[in-house]
Amino acid sequence: MWLIDSSIGRKLIMSITGVFLVLFLLFHGTMNFVVLFSTEAYNAICEFLGANWYALVGTKILAIGFVVHIIYAIYLTFQNRRARGNVSYAVSKNQKSVEWASQNMLVLGAIVLGFMALHLYQFWAKMQLVEINHKLGCHVDENLLTTAANGAFWIKYYFSQPLYSILYIVWLAALWSHLTHGVWSALHSIGLNNNTWMSRVKVISNIISTIIILMFISIPVYFLLGGGNNWIV
Amino acid sequence: MAKKIESTAVDTNKIDAKIPAGPLAEKWSNYKAHQKLVNPANKRRLDIIVVGTGLAGASAAASLAELGFNVLNFCIQDSPRRAHSIAAQGGINAAKNYQNDGDSVYRLFYDTIKGGDYRAREANVYRLAEVSNSIIDQCVAQGVPFAREYGGLLDNRSFGGAQVSRTFYAKGQTGQQLLLGAYSALSRQVGKGAVKLYSRYEMLDVVVVEGRARGIIARNLVTGKTEKFFAHAVVVGSGGYGNAFFLSTNAMTSNASAAIQMYKKGAYFANPAYAQIHPTCVPVHGEFQSKLTLMSESLRNDGRIWTPKKKEDAEAIRAGKKKATDLKEDERDYYLERRYPAFGNLVPRDVASRAAKERCDAGFGVGNTGLAVYLDFSSSIERLGEDTIRARYGNLFQMYEKIVDENPYKTPMMIYPAIHYTMGGVWVDYELQTSIKGLFCIGEANFSDHGANRLGASALMQGLADGYFVLPYTIQNYLADQIQVPRMSTDLPEFTEAEKAVHAKIEKIMKIQGDRSVDSLHRELGLIMWDFVGMGRNKEGLELALEKIKAVRKAFWTKVYVPGVSADVNVELEKALRVADFIEIGELMARDALMREESCGGHFREEYQTPEGEALRNDEEFSFASCWKFKGEGEEPELLKEALDYEFIHRQQRNYKA
Amino acid sequence: MEKSINITLKVWRQAGPKAKGEFVTYKMDNVSTDSSFLEMLDVLNETLVKQRKEPIVFDHDCREGICGMCSLYINGHPHGLDGETTTCQLHMRRFKDGETITVEPWRSAAFPVIKDLMVDRGAFDKIIQAGGYVSVNTGGVPDGNAIPISKVYADEAMDAASCIGCGACAAACKNGSAMLFVAAKVSQLALLPQGKVEAAHRAKVMVAKMDELGFGNCTNTGACEAECPKAISISHIARLNREFLSAKFKD
Repeated sequence: MWLIDSSIGRKLIMSITGVFLVLFLLFHGTMNFVVLFSTEAYNAICEFLGANWYALVGTKILAIGFVVHIIYAIYLTFQNRRARGNVSYAVSKNQKSVEWASQNMLVLGAIVLGFMALHLYQFWAKMQLVEINHKLGCHVDENLLTTAANGAFWIKYYFSQPLYSILYIVWLAALWSHLTHGVWSALHSIGLNNNTWMSRVKVISNIISTIIILMFISIPVYFLLGGGNNWIV
Repeated sequence: MAKKIESTAVDTNKIDAKIPAGPLAEKWSNYKAHQKLVNPANKRRLDIIVVGTGLAGASAAASLAELGFNVLNFCIQDSPRRAHSIAAQGGINAAKNYQNDGDSVYRLFYDTIKGGDYRAREANVYRLAEVSNSIIDQCVAQGVPFAREYGGLLDNRSFGGAQVSRTFYAKGQTGQQLLLGAYSALSRQVGKGAVKLYSRYEMLDVVVVEGRARGIIARNLVTGKTEKFFAHAVVVGSGGYGNAFFLSTNAMTSNASAAIQMYKKGAYFANPAYAQIHPTCVPVHGEFQSKLTLMSESLRNDGRIWTPKKKEDAEAIRAGKKKATDLKEDERDYYLERRYPAFGNLVPRDVASRAAKERCDAGFGVGNTGLAVYLDFSSSIERLGEDTIRARYGNLFQMYEKIVDENPYKTPMMIYPAIHYTMGGVWVDYELQTSIKGLFCIGEANFSDHGANRLGASALMQGLADGYFVLPYTIQNYLADQIQVPRMSTDLPEFTEAEKAVHAKIEKIMKIQGDRSVDSLHRELGLIMWDFVGMGRNKEGLELALEKIKAVRKAFWTKVYVPGVSADVNVELEKALRVADFIEIGELMARDALMREESCGGHFREEYQTPEGEALRNDEEFSFASCWKFKGEGEEPELLKEALDYEFIHRQQRNYKA
Repeated sequence: MEKSINITLKVWRQAGPKAKGEFVTYKMDNVSTDSSFLEMLDVLNETLVKQRKEPIVFDHDCREGICGMCSLYINGHPHGLDGETTTCQLHMRRFKDGETITVEPWRSAAFPVIKDLMVDRGAFDKIIQAGGYVSVNTGGVPDGNAIPISKVYADEAMDAASCIGCGACAAACKNGSAMLFVAAKVSQLALLPQGKVEAAHRAKVMVAKMDELGFGNCTNTGACEAECPKAISISHIARLNREFLSAKFKD
């Protein structure tokens, strides 16, 4: 199967799952951004994306996308290490034009993944997971059940603690870095690039990454600046 | 003036070039129509060794394999793509007449004969001009990205020695693109298994069985071991011998060893004295220098060559007290424009080189060595703007700046002549076969098509003509009689003896353990060659050179030091084996130059010049190709002469003044 | 004009493919700044020979930046720090007095060391042999002007074709990928009508050979382009991806 056997096939998988995750982030970011204007509207979205079949299908696809992206990342890195040979350079430097992020995608990815675990624990485990468990008939904490669709509550709960706000900002910075290379690289790997478009694709990639991250980061920043304490949730 | 007397002065019995009969324009067609061919079933049973993967070698190996022969192809570098044809910059000539400027096969033929100072074979040159067009078609079909006009058709530029634009080019990297084209065709055959490729191998001897070339002895440069190879015919395209001068524009591994081994096995060596000195090279700048870099001839289209008018200025410049830009217009001597008003800076290479040497010898040279002249673009930049000049020569200017660390847009380039190409080489007949049956020689390694001087953009043409369109035909005329010959074992005594001789030579060199490095001996030889067998030669100097070369040979065989062992990568040993042969070719060059008491093309004898200092040919006595026959170590070689009867062209004194 | 500097060289010495290599330090005084890097190594080798030691083995040939034979990883960069330069074109004036210069061979699983700084780049030849050509035999081809080719495409093909096959791209790549090398050839031939005919097949077999030979996966870091002595653009990699993917989807 050429998607596994060939290097460009593997890159295609990386690109497609990557683009898919970027689309998810764009959606997730837009949704989060809403909370700054209306906590009710935000919670309505949370409600809508609870343990409904369409949300569940979406979540499953998303999870598969993540897993494939991660497995391929590890597989590719393993292969690439082997291709470099047993002896590494004693001195190795990069030319200025080589982006730092491009050389450290796995590291950035790992950072993103680590924080994601925290994020899943803090939000997803207390929201959609609770609803799923409830639907499946498992025992869930009553208190949790009442706040399962109250995303704004959890946002206020965590981000009123400056430590979490700062951690999320660090995470998003790493994610931004990952995305700036990831988006254009995905387009390039799919073949959507040429001499004329080279700089344009990179600019587009930076714009998309920045928009996504700005939407996410606005919330912890908002709380750090003292906003959100008057939210009634 | 083609007089009858020429043929009486020359013993034509000994050398038969096998020129087909008939009118000039029909010789090649007639030959092809009547030659013997080998049928496809028999081709599979025949092995051909091709030594070299330059334009000639790669194109021959690929074409022969396409025809169905089994080909064994050898290259000295790690990949066939690195052969030194790759360094040719300017372009390749062809008589396409795409520009509608009056070009024709005959005109290309005529220009080449005239450029070679009437010392080439008419029939060979005509054939070369004839197949030139097919080369362009072939290369385009291979995907060679030649320069094109906006309409999508092929572009041409003009080169020295021609009045038409017939030079096809790919930026300043034409040689690279043509070689990669041939390399891709070769790679295709390697992939198919039709060519067995041996890279990092060096041919050290040719094996002759019952008077016919039947194989080679080659050294695997990685293991250091020698190996024996059989073939029904051997083709050598191993390039020129310019590196006998140590400093040349040739690549570091370019060598004369294959040619010298062929010569020692009985192949005649023809016209060794004809070496081309290219006028526009970056001058020598220090003792540590390893090679000279060529600046394309095309620069002379827009650059003006000058030296200071006054000796005081030249001295001040050499001492670093003055700069080129300090001299006013009337303090500069544009000596080419002064001496050759009609052709000016675009005189042929040999003329431009000698003029530069004359100025420097007279004390007008610049640079810290005094061995350089200026190539000035300031008036062109003024006239056309820096951008135009950058578009035309940007990569060359950048290359120059990297070496010299001066910006040629602001201050004139410094240039000086350097050894570039050797017109002489192994003698071959019309079929490109040497005087040993079954041994063929192609490309720069043979002597055939350029006479005493080669025109710009003709080397690529000849290499590819030989490899794609001439040898694949002519070799069949030989092989047709070999179809009954079975593959031979390389355990035959001829093979083992040849290998033994190679071993003995290697062991002899390894055992000397003297105190001279290979390079120091090579440099010493190079200096002798440059001083006495270079641009200006005379009887006294050449006789002295022969003495000095003998001394170098003696020093080599008693004092050379080669570290390490022979059965390993041993670069010093490789170089030593090559230098031993450069000494031989150096001697042969001096001997030939001494014999040829006339000046023609790249061979300039100071005793034979016109009152204005131009080359003075002697057609009555020297209208022949000198063929040297090896008579044994320590013996003087025998001179045989192949008469050059000009049936179709009327010989004239070359004139570039008016 | 001519100046000289003192330098310390740390050179990788390795007796053979299986031998264990190590850095050996050489001090060199009065190195002319006008000499090229390889001429400096020549001088060092001449000294070593005088001392009856084995000289350092390194690949080089044309010494004018076109044959692609020279390699060397110098102070962390293939062909040294300068852009658009091969090692043979690198001059000692680019180094400072007293500088320590580390010289290593190409490091890539597909380019095993033969001796010292000399590596085996035969893998590149194998990739070309797999399909880096137009399948035409000698003779019987149409006239050179039979098919007009847009100057834009011809020029872009020329830019791709200027690859010298030195291996700096794979040597510089943290993934040991040969994509720029493969892309340059695929792109050159895909841009020209003569090569377009078998473009899909070419992309597939060349990529397959590249993978088979153990080169890594491209992650678009652009290090290859930055270190390429001929500044070949990674936009050719995008074209290769396009050619390859469309060929695969057509199957």
